[in-house]
Amino acid sequence: MTDAPVDSAFARPAPRHGMSRRERAAWGFVAPALIAIAVFFVIPVVSALLLSLTDFDIYALADLDNLRFVGLRNYEQLLSNPLFWGAMRNTLWFCVLGVPLSIAVSLAAAVVLNARVVKWRPIWRVMFFAPYVTTLVATAVVWRYLLHTRYGVINWALQSVGLPAVDWLGQPETAIPAILMFVVWKIFGYNMLIFLAVLQTVPDDLYEAARIDGAGPWKQFRHVTLPAIAPTLLLVSIISVAGFFQLFAEPYVMTQGGPAQSTVTVLYFMYEEGFKWWNLGSASAVAFILFLCIFAVTMVQLWAARRMGAET
Amino acid sequence: MRPRVILLNLAVALVALIVLFPLLWMVSVSLMPTGEAANFPPPLIPRTVTFDHYRDLFVSQGMGRYMWNSFALATLATILALGFTVPAGYAFAKLRFAGRERIFQMLVGALVIPAQIGTLPLFLMLKGMGLVNTYAGALVPWLASIFGLFLVRQYALSIPDEMLEAARIDGATEGQIFRRVVLPTLQPIIVTLGLFVFLGSWNDFLWPLIILTDQTNYTLPVALAALSREHVQDIEMMMAGAVLTVAPVLILFLALQRYYIRGMLAGSVKG
Repeated sequence: MTDAPVDSAFARPAPRHGMSRRERAAWGFVAPALIAIAVFFVIPVVSALLLSLTDFDIYALADLDNLRFVGLRNYEQLLSNPLFWGAMRNTLWFCVLGVPLSIAVSLAAAVVLNARVVKWRPIWRVMFFAPYVTTLVATAVVWRYLLHTRYGVINWALQSVGLPAVDWLGQPETAIPAILMFVVWKIFGYNMLIFLAVLQTVPDDLYEAARIDGAGPWKQFRHVTLPAIAPTLLLVSIISVAGFFQLFAEPYVMTQGGPAQSTVTVLYFMYEEGFKWWNLGSASAVAFILFLCIFAVTMVQLWAARRMGAET
Repeated sequence: MRPRVILLNLAVALVALIVLFPLLWMVSVSLMPTGEAANFPPPLIPRTVTFDHYRDLFVSQGMGRYMWNSFALATLATILALGFTVPAGYAFAKLRFAGRERIFQMLVGALVIPAQIGTLPLFLMLKGMGLVNTYAGALVPWLASIFGLFLVRQYALSIPDEMLEAARIDGATEGQIFRRVVLPTLQPIIVTLGLFVFLGSWNDFLWPLIILTDQTNYTLPVALAALSREHVQDIEMMMAGAVLTVAPVLILFLALQRYYIRGMLAGSVKG
């Protein structure tokens, strides 16, 4: 940290012999990683933008002579494609329902596990986190059977308390909530751990002072816990939005986009456009729109947070 | 106060049971004879325990092959990712070179770009290089981890400069210093990052689905997704497949959870 920043890329090697030797060694250490990032990350991302301006399809795949520059036509066609708008709408639903729900569950679990009176907290913590490290495809298969209309445990539980069975993955209205149940189960432990780490930094005196002032659990949460975690809440919500925008394996395994296209997400749409129909130009345009959406939502969140004075 | 405390503890235990239920149910059903799970009410414990489905998966569904692919790819991804990112993360933290700060700023900026954007050009690039349907093609995204580089850099910042200087005065070359002084100090973060990459590669779905086109190269998640489309009715066999896919990573996580959680918090709370 005490090193002075070296500003100019054109700086001559320092006169002392040891210094230049060290700089050469430094380049030896960073060059492989930087080359890999340039070749396998930067070039593909930049090419995606270029690719989205071409009509790259199965004919171009066979022979590059068939490739033409088409300007913004891919974008125009997408914006007039009802299937694409359907995918956008579904993804938005996943986001609007999933982000608050998953954060609320994570926060509730963190607050409870932060209570001193709860015994064996480290054990519960690991148990709540375990679903996060499991293989998404495998647990999605498990949940597909848990959600089964006739033999599923969830419907059995509903019926045993007198509620009707639900055709969870078989009808458009319930397919997104059903997939969300699975997603929240899988990921809530991650944000829970982050919240727990922050909650542990809140001094006990603050709660003590609030209690002396006669604040109940809800007021303590509202006036002590919430301000303390506000910056983390912002960070977590930004990461969550990006995550929910990129759902793919869940609908792929659980519903294959159905019923009636109701669970086709933007990334799922991109996959089908690109690797089922081989419209790689159009699929790249989808990828780019997805990126712009994530970026825009992040900016709005940052702006809103600044307005509310939560954090910088 | 007392009854409320007991109630709270009971509630936590109940929630834990609900959270673990899908995994317990998966194991239980995988041991049931064919057809037993398709009953109402759904049975929770197998009446007779059988390992037939596990045997079937290995004998007639090629599970051994998929497991080997997953294991080999995750191991190679871990070795490669560590080999590329650990020296670079250390150099960004502790060695001076021209443009260091500026390159670092650019990498920070690049973190907001989801890797999925480059998926299609990367596929075309690898197709041009003849790497579609090869291990090499599946491994490529793991070489370029900006996140891993950050994680190592954050940790390497805490290495005292005096320690490195002392080694330099003793006449050690930078390479020797890296091997003998830096690597031992970085050991915890190397375990953490290695664990992240191993689990990440094992659990990854979209990229192997795209790049591994031939069934003999499928990893477990890709094979399981394909199997579950063919064998929708074979609940018990699918659960055995899910157990085989989940168990290795879950065991690895439980064994090394200290490293995992510490690294996760360092990666998200601080930076």
